[in-house]
Amino acid sequence: MRRIVGKTLLYIVLFTGGMIFLAPLLWMLSTSFKPEHQVYNVPIEWIPEVFDYQNYIEGWRYLDFPRFYINTTYLTVVNIFGLLLSSSLVAFGFARIRFWGREWIFLVLLSTMMLPQQVTMIPIYVFWSRLGFVNTYWPLIIPEFLTNAFNVFLLRQFFMSINLELDDAARIDGAGWLMIYARVLMPLSKPALGVLAIMAFTWNWNNFLYPLIYINETRKYTVAIGLRLFETQQSQYMAETMAMTMVALIPVLLVFYLAQARFIQGIVITGVKG
Amino acid sequence: MAVTAKASASRMSIQARDNIAGFLFIAPWLIHFVFLIAGAMVFSMGISFFKTDFLTGFEFVGFSNWRDMFQDELFWKALRVTSYYTFVLVPASVILALTIAVLMNQKVKALGIWRTVYYLPSVVQGVAVAVLWGYVLNPRFGLLNQGLELIGIDDGPRWLFSEDWAVPGFILMGLWGAGGAMLLYLAGLQGIPTHLYEAADLDGAGPVRKFFAVTIPMLTPTIYFNVLISIIASFQVFTQALILTAGGPNNATLTLVLLLYREGFQNFQFGYASAIAWGLFCVTFIFAILVVRTSSTWVHYEGETNN
Repeated sequence: MRRIVGKTLLYIVLFTGGMIFLAPLLWMLSTSFKPEHQVYNVPIEWIPEVFDYQNYIEGWRYLDFPRFYINTTYLTVVNIFGLLLSSSLVAFGFARIRFWGREWIFLVLLSTMMLPQQVTMIPIYVFWSRLGFVNTYWPLIIPEFLTNAFNVFLLRQFFMSINLELDDAARIDGAGWLMIYARVLMPLSKPALGVLAIMAFTWNWNNFLYPLIYINETRKYTVAIGLRLFETQQSQYMAETMAMTMVALIPVLLVFYLAQARFIQGIVITGVKG
Repeated sequence: MAVTAKASASRMSIQARDNIAGFLFIAPWLIHFVFLIAGAMVFSMGISFFKTDFLTGFEFVGFSNWRDMFQDELFWKALRVTSYYTFVLVPASVILALTIAVLMNQKVKALGIWRTVYYLPSVVQGVAVAVLWGYVLNPRFGLLNQGLELIGIDDGPRWLFSEDWAVPGFILMGLWGAGGAMLLYLAGLQGIPTHLYEAADLDGAGPVRKFFAVTIPMLTPTIYFNVLISIIASFQVFTQALILTAGGPNNATLTLVLLLYREGFQNFQFGYASAIAWGLFCVTFIFAILVVRTSSTWVHYEGETNN
């Protein structure tokens, strides 16, 4: 008897908590389809009178959201490629090749994870602006092609778990390091690379601070700063703003839906939310 | 690389070739480090001694940016706001995430669905969360105050419009994303070997005792790492403060990074902004070191116990 009461209580708590967690998302979804006059009704009407997708159309037209979408997609795809390529090369070096100074260079790499990005933000801004790169995508792309400590650390951990004898076997067959990297390690690392790609996707899609600093021209805006611009001009139209927030989120939610297992794996192996 | 290696293979030892190969492989990060980290840090430290907007002038002012910072009411205000945010949010989200994870670990049915429900909000990040929560926290028609009304609190706080409630509003927004940490703790819980619980059973330990004597100690390495990362991240809170409140009302949500952004990218006081960046770094570093230093007293590593 006590067991059943306990179990029921457990499910009630989980259900209530779950509803609280989901409520903001459901509210956003429902509001985005409401005609503007229904939005402010108290108490909240969860089902719109009519499903009005006008908000989506008008919001989509108000700013050039299709353009922002193309820009962000382009940046995200290029950056995922750059990050995977550079991170895997660097991680391979640290994990598989015994070279002079490897241990202490890796320690330096680990210690840079503690550094808040704001410390280097201004010099890097000055650096790119001297090169004439302000209002271009280069400041957002180049660093990804130069990898970062966090991704190197994760991939290195994974590479170290792969049997070293595979390298020796390949070398006997006459393979050089680059060949071992491309033909032995990379094919075995697809799961880890998948996790990295997912994390890079959410990070790039949501990235706000760097586009905010570097991109001035609305034509070159990403979805994140586009949404911010929309919000500053249109926030009095709640339904429309909610619709555009939905639009900004759809790719992330879609990828989450398609790759849930990878998402969860990513959290578990990295120890942080992506 | 393969080509150079072949050409001089006869004269070069294997170790020498590996040295070259190693450095070539890690070259992308070395470039990153030299230019975007080490070089940038030196430069950042340097310009904190100048008054400059990088366009019209470059004037050496010694320690005056640093002195100004320590005498600037706004800096101390921002430090208080950011610390308040961090030191409420981080412990609260550990407790919340841990509670949910423990509940889910009770052999519940349809675990996959529960996990998704609690994790989904943390997938939503950045500008979208800020915009959504701006409405959620609206005192009149927002979701939160309407929810409070349901449980009998008619006069909900004015949240982002109130000096006292704005930061708590941000903290709730942060707690909404606790799903990431929850997944982490859930994985940790599932990794605790059952023989530990069986041993506790033999000793006659009840569920509460087992929780504090087995579960929590076994999770401390996970909690430790998560707390460290969360503190560093929380000190950089910025997006919601810029978008929702612009630091107001009356600087109640002026965070350190917002102050830095304003001084640097809106007032073009790059020297002063650099000093603030270093201020932020020092504060983060001090707290991170505190956590690391005290960790030996509360973090339990399996395998160190048999003395």
